[in-house]
Amino acid sequence: MTGAEIKEAVVEILSDIAPDEDCTNLKEDVAFRDQLELDSMDFLDIVMELRKRYRVQIPEEDYPQLASMASTVAYLEPLMKDMEK
Amino acid sequence: MYDAIIIGAGMSGLAAGIRLAHFDQKVCILERHTTIGGLNSFYRIKGRSYDVGLHAVTNYLSSRAPKRGPMVRLLRQLRIQWEELSLSPQIGSTIAFPGVRLDFTNDFELFQSQVARQFPRQKDNLRRLLAELIDYDDLGRVGNETSAREVVGRIIDDPLLVEMIFCPLLYYGGARERDMEWGQFSVMFRSIFLEGFARPLKGVRLILKNLVRKFKVLGGELRLRAGVDRIVAREGRADRVVLEDGSEIEGRRILSSAGWHETMRLCRQPEPEGTPGERLSFIESISVLDADPKQLGHDRTIVFFNDSETFSYEKPAGLVDLRSGVICSPNNFAYEEPLGEGVVRITALANYDRWSELDERAYRLEKLRCYDQSVASAVRFMPDFRRHVVDVDMFTPTTIHRFTGHDRGAVYGAPKKRYDGRTHLENLYVCGTDQGMVGIIGSIISGITIANAYCLRQ
Ligand SMILES: Cc1cc2nc3c(=O)[nH]c(=O)nc-3n(C[C@H](O)[C@H](O)[C@H](O)COP(=O)(O)OP(=O)(O)OC[C@H]3O[C@@H](n4cnc5c(N)ncnc54)[C@H](O)[C@@H]3O)c2cc1C
Repeated sequence: MTGAEIKEAVVEILSDIAPDEDCTNLKEDVAFRDQLELDSMDFLDIVMELRKRYRVQIPEEDYPQLASMASTVAYLEPLMKDMEK
Repeated sequence: MYDAIIIGAGMSGLAAGIRLAHFDQKVCILERHTTIGGLNSFYRIKGRSYDVGLHAVTNYLSSRAPKRGPMVRLLRQLRIQWEELSLSPQIGSTIAFPGVRLDFTNDFELFQSQVARQFPRQKDNLRRLLAELIDYDDLGRVGNETSAREVVGRIIDDPLLVEMIFCPLLYYGGARERDMEWGQFSVMFRSIFLEGFARPLKGVRLILKNLVRKFKVLGGELRLRAGVDRIVAREGRADRVVLEDGSEIEGRRILSSAGWHETMRLCRQPEPEGTPGERLSFIESISVLDADPKQLGHDRTIVFFNDSETFSYEKPAGLVDLRSGVICSPNNFAYEEPLGEGVVRITALANYDRWSELDERAYRLEKLRCYDQSVASAVRFMPDFRRHVVDVDMFTPTTIHRFTGHDRGAVYGAPKKRYDGRTHLENLYVCGTDQGMVGIIGSIISGITIANAYCLRQ
């Protein structure tokens, strides 16, 4: 998957987790937390959905890497680059 | 071998099941009863459908509410759309004490102005109370266990107003006599006064059917008439459950919504020493009317009434305590179409032990007598509807015990909550009313929280 496809996948996950939020126009470098009302349970769900949908395992110490769209995509790229969309 | 076995298909068990099934776990919910719902189920008698519990769903989300709190969490975590719950907000409720009435709706400003008018000196104190309430995100931390009576009594110095604020909170969530923990008080205050009441036109069955459908679509397994007789442990772990019919089921983890003591008994743990803790239970009478309550001059959604200066939320010495009660008219929500028949439900405190001592004949007689008395008590606070009654049903603490297995018909569980959900066995957890939060929304949150904490995280 390319960076753009990974981003799309993350947006899809966010929209499923928080359907009451508009997740399509997120600023790349601003923390999700500052643009969306997300609590710790929602963050856990981002990790869980990535595992469920793409079988990527993210250890707890890496959770901070998922703070913004830019950092999330950068973190996921090496893990997901060989995957088919 | 299941990833998880869940005991009980009430709100908390179903919610936990959805979470786990959504993340591809192999889950089986075991329910003793012939139907789902537990403390908030539904049934049909003489061609009419009744809800067991539902007066109102709390934690209503008005469009102005911030996107947080239990309702948002529930919708997001279970991937349910707000519209699926089809909730219609209440018309308006009342707390009625001798000589004073406080109305409230899902807009807190009305309650504030009511307090300002009837208790002018307490206006700012109510605002202070609001500021002191514990935030949902800070629950379960130190200090939450202090007595709410103490905290509220320090802030609001008119004892009558204190009683009037406590009355709905205790009736809709009080697992202890008289008082509750400050953390529980904060949750209940928010869910009743700040967020408010609502109801689906079709009642609790709509919520339950949505939950079960969701669970099954995700591959979850639900087994009815599958009472768990025993949880068998080996080396500090729950190894398997044995059903009442003798069959055995294995699971990596077990979540029980049967209640704390009830679950310990399934493990054959010795009963705790001393007297069994108090349990609060109720009778509820349901009157079906040939008219909509509004036509009889009654437009209130819920009336919390009390006929004395102080409000006594205690296990009564006799069968029932009719000095106070709750009147619910399911017709009085802002539905898009009318509900159909008129209904008035009346709840009053009751004593499980006294009811369970009666032989069958006496039980039936007392039921009739208590129906009459509870209605007579309620019509002091609403128009007399007795000429319009076409059918009645009534249940008692023993009914609740029989259908849910909760000790002594406890509606809000044991007074002591087990917030972390852990037990003496490393893979057995409790969820539901004894874990912490109560009510429909509270127990759903409990199921989600425990599933997340012990079955999904890691
Ligand atoms: C009369 C009444 C009115 C109420 N009104 C309201 C209201 O208006 N609003 C509101 O929010 N809440 C209300 N409630 C409270 C609400 O219904 C409960 O807090 C909530 O449903 C509790 O859910 P739970 O999952 O914790 O427990 P339960 O619903 O009790 O679930 C436990 C389940 O486990 C099953 N079980 C027990 N032991 C076993 C076993 N050994 N093997 C297999 N299965 C077992 C039981 O049969 C039950 O189905 C009311 C309750 C009552 C009784």
